[in-house]
Amino acid sequence: MSDLSSPSSPAPSPTGKPPLLEVRDLKVEFADADSVVHAVNGVSYTLNEGETLGIVGESGSGKSVHVLAMLRLIPMPPGRLAGGQVLFEGRDLLTLSDAELRKVRGGSIGFVFQDPMSSLNPSMTVGRQIMEPLQLHLGMGADAARKRAVELMDMVRLPDAARRIDQFPHEFSGGQRQRIMIAMGLSCRPKLLIADEATTALDVTVQADVIELVKELKREIGMAVIWITHDLGVVAGIADTVQVMYAGRVMERGPVDDVFRDPRSAYTLGLLRSLPDLSAPIGQRRRLTQIDGAPPDMRAPPPGDPFAPRNRYATPRCFTEQPPLVQPPGAAPGHLAAAWYDLPALIAAETTP
Amino acid sequence: MTPSETTAPETTAPAHAPGSYPLISVRNLCKHYPLRSGWGFKTTMFKAVEDVSFNIMPNETLGLVGESGSGKSTIGRAVTMLNPPTSGVVAFEGVDLAEQNAHEMRRMRKRMQMVFQDPYSALNPRMTVGDYVAEPLVIHDLCASAAERRELVAGLFAKVGLEPRYMARFPHQFSGGQRQRICIARAIAVKPSFIVADEPIAALDVSIQAQVVNLLQDLQEELGLAYLFISHDLRMVRYLCHRVAVIWKGRIVELAPSELLYGNPLHPYTRRLLSAVPVPDPAIERARTRLPQVAGLPDDPDSHDLVEAEPGHYVARGAL
Repeated sequence: MSDLSSPSSPAPSPTGKPPLLEVRDLKVEFADADSVVHAVNGVSYTLNEGETLGIVGESGSGKSVHVLAMLRLIPMPPGRLAGGQVLFEGRDLLTLSDAELRKVRGGSIGFVFQDPMSSLNPSMTVGRQIMEPLQLHLGMGADAARKRAVELMDMVRLPDAARRIDQFPHEFSGGQRQRIMIAMGLSCRPKLLIADEATTALDVTVQADVIELVKELKREIGMAVIWITHDLGVVAGIADTVQVMYAGRVMERGPVDDVFRDPRSAYTLGLLRSLPDLSAPIGQRRRLTQIDGAPPDMRAPPPGDPFAPRNRYATPRCFTEQPPLVQPPGAAPGHLAAAWYDLPALIAAETTP
Repeated sequence: MTPSETTAPETTAPAHAPGSYPLISVRNLCKHYPLRSGWGFKTTMFKAVEDVSFNIMPNETLGLVGESGSGKSTIGRAVTMLNPPTSGVVAFEGVDLAEQNAHEMRRMRKRMQMVFQDPYSALNPRMTVGDYVAEPLVIHDLCASAAERRELVAGLFAKVGLEPRYMARFPHQFSGGQRQRICIARAIAVKPSFIVADEPIAALDVSIQAQVVNLLQDLQEELGLAYLFISHDLRMVRYLCHRVAVIWKGRIVELAPSELLYGNPLHPYTRRLLSAVPVPDPAIERARTRLPQVAGLPDDPDSHDLVEAEPGHYVARGAL
């Protein structure tokens, strides 16, 4: 793992400034009486100011847990930060005092979670919930905070904000509640917005509205975004950089066009091929390529490449030795993959008999 | 409802090649729920599903798409009589299901099965999955002996890609995709000819969705099944379904073979829905243009009638 203890090759910042967020070899475990689940196993990456990072992976890949752990939002115990650093504007979030961390959460880092109904307080008006971070983080008075809350509700395109500010969460639809969550996440003009499956529970039309809104707000505020999802279509639409996670590791990351056009990890390829390809006419379409098997048991992670048991391209080395996350030969700058095999060559060999 | 209304006018019933008979024929299906308004006794009706008609042919997959609250699940439950319709006719192989008594209905249920969205809550946590798959065989008295039943269940497990030795395990020992396979094994145990699949892949990871969709396709080919596939995944619906019905506010607004519907959507709501579907291709996503909110269409009774705009392609009259 020594080759992963520092970020392998951080994407160069266009402005030459230090990155906004630098995750170094983050490890998270959950322990119960007789076993330890290794949920995040040495994740390292950097995020520049204004960059949108899309993180994809399936349940148990560590994509949500690692961002929650960054802000110490996982229950500890049973959770445990087993190592690593999370430098946000140069300060390690993992060693900040609770008081200092509270200033960061909801202040310079905003959150939008998947389920707006369980994240909002049902017995408090939405106005008071949007005002709370303003009063806590920015020290605003009640009148100023209320005025700002109306502005925020306008900004997330909630109609008739001045009247609806005194309504309760149940009086809003699912899409509107998600907009309220976004208004809260954005209330203190964060430098980083973390959205964890923020549109998964929404209808496609509402999802498209919310994504459009986040893109517009990005242009207005210039914040960086970490967008966690399992939907490759959403990532293609919103992300500058995409990062594919599996078994608590980064399998591949790079500029969104390069990863979609030229995948270097067999897991990324498997995800892309499991989606229907609608370009061919009906009757000549390729059957969906399924990824057989199931993700590994993270109580006893396999010693090598965690995807090897499900990977038809796996080499003997994949089963014994963990591949480092490096730029593969011929890949675009900033395009990294953890693989011992040469995926483009293997695909080419398949198509030319 | 007058008798004349129960036979659908030609415009609402998609025609098929002469000589082929629909497996399922739904005519003027309505499902209304009473809502109490205020403190008074006056109740108003919430029209969850209003005047829906469609056919499903043997071996065909009909997709039902629409947003949450559009009524698509209500239609699925009304068609199988799990939640019988307020009015309208559901005919299975020409037999009106509403006219069946309890005994006859039980026999009909053998022919139509359902697969639900959430394989976690559909399974009984205290029952081994082998017993769960065998239960319909017991209820319908399809096996002479326990040994024969075990053999049948083992065959069903193999058919859905599960190892028969898992039969003695409990649901919590399986992953989401495996649980959905168990639910599918139970659904096909009684040899149905029609399965309503209500969001069967929505709760599954992307890599597992492909496993379940492939299994549904294989079983269709092998057993000649017809499906009503209810989903909000519009790309998967295009891939899997022969024809697609778009539901908006409890009504079918457009119904067509999937390539016609996706290639030439006629209803403004269909166009808006399709324009919102994320495409896993960054270049296409950058070029995306969204369509605006659809204003209510004129609400005179005739505007909801489906008219055949091109062969097999039906759309609400008000949209033309």
